[in-house]
Amino acid sequence: MSFDIALILDSIPKMLMGIGLTLQLLFLSAALGLTLAIILLLMRISGRWYLAAPTMAYIYIFRGTPILVQIFIIYYGLPQLDFVRDSIFWPILREPFGCAILALTLNTGAYVSEILRGGVLGVDRGLKEAGAALGLSTTHRFIYITTPIAIRLALPAYSNDVISLMKSTALASTITLLDMTGIARTIVAETYAPYEIFMSLMVIYLILTWMIQRSFGWVERCMSRYVREEV
Amino acid sequence: MNDGNSDDIIHLENVNKFFGTFQALKNINLSVRKGERVVVCGPSGSGKSTLIRCINRLEEHNSGTITVNGHELTDDVKNIDAVRREVGMVFQDFNLFPHMTVVKNLMLAPKLVRKSSRSEAYETAMRYLERVKIPEQADKYPSQLSGGQQQRVAIARALCMNPVIMLFDEPTSALDPEMISEVLDVMTDLARDGMTMICVTHEMGFARSVADNVVFMDEGEIVEMNPPKEFFDNPRSERTRLFLSQVLSY
Repeated sequence: MSFDIALILDSIPKMLMGIGLTLQLLFLSAALGLTLAIILLLMRISGRWYLAAPTMAYIYIFRGTPILVQIFIIYYGLPQLDFVRDSIFWPILREPFGCAILALTLNTGAYVSEILRGGVLGVDRGLKEAGAALGLSTTHRFIYITTPIAIRLALPAYSNDVISLMKSTALASTITLLDMTGIARTIVAETYAPYEIFMSLMVIYLILTWMIQRSFGWVERCMSRYVREEV
Repeated sequence: MNDGNSDDIIHLENVNKFFGTFQALKNINLSVRKGERVVVCGPSGSGKSTLIRCINRLEEHNSGTITVNGHELTDDVKNIDAVRREVGMVFQDFNLFPHMTVVKNLMLAPKLVRKSSRSEAYETAMRYLERVKIPEQADKYPSQLSGGQQQRVAIARALCMNPVIMLFDEPTSALDPEMISEVLDVMTDLARDGMTMICVTHEMGFARSVADNVVFMDEGEIVEMNPPKEFFDNPRSERTRLFLSQVLSY
């Protein structure tokens, strides 16, 4: 089997034209997903069953089904419903980009809220008691004691989820979006050279992953200044 | 609204506390006067910690009444907050906030609870760090300090709220032997200033020299309560005698 270097050099710039879309999908759904995750977390730990129960059901459904199926349901399924087409969200749901963002957000939100919950549960009970003994209200304890420590505890698992989300953006190519994977598939369809094209695509994704890892590593080091002495 | 003697700053009447089916406190009656120093001792699992944790409502008692500085502890959050503002607590494992520097640890509650300004809170914090003799550690993180220093920071942190009562829950039990005295010195100093203190500890030398009264607990009950001289030299109950022979044998 021959290995066409010229084809690779030719197609990499083309695929990189999709990196903007890949990054948009990543950053937008990461930001919205994190917001959703925080809301879900607060509902889950509110101690009120009527808030916690729907949250648990939501997390179960979105963690328990393939994200590809979720994308298909949102993109192909929702437009079949009249009230969706009549709603103010239709301009967003009409576009494949809006559907991809929605699916990725709903999916990552479910995962991240569980990651954050792990962080919150990991905060030493004694610290919360010390806050209580000093007269701090529940809200103050949550903001000033639990949250900063929980963030540090949750960060390694969260960076994992962002990488996972970055890879999931490739699924947007299945609903006509021309992100890097979408462009790669188009090139493959024209050139019948899947090996060269997809290998190059992998390398681009690996570089992105490396950059995400480095960024989180840096944030983790900043947030762990105070514990380094213990190790 | 103080049910007991008007000098009593802490008053417990028939207090019972259960953890599931296990009864941690059995019919506890205890009065502490303003300025009184009480040491609570007893074997592990005897309910000493539970007793002082009920006084600032870190544990809820199941029956009986607890009155602290005129506030009765009930489900009323207002009363709980009022009590916690007036009662300082020091824990066995310090519980300093690891993500804040020493001085920030001291400033947090005065800023949030007392609404002190930044500079006021800072001044108070530095004053108490001087008092526990570690002002030079103000900008370090707790993990950079020795155990004894951390516990002194924890005492200073509680003092920054100007408490009228201080509770100590085995403050020296997690410390290496050479650090125990620096913490006990601070506590003795505090006692000399007339602070009302309840102290759960196994430091019998401290009890003998500082306490006005020593309480001995066993199996959730107060077995005996007497001034230290009487308590150590002439214990009334067999259980107290056995306990003392064990802790004082070396």
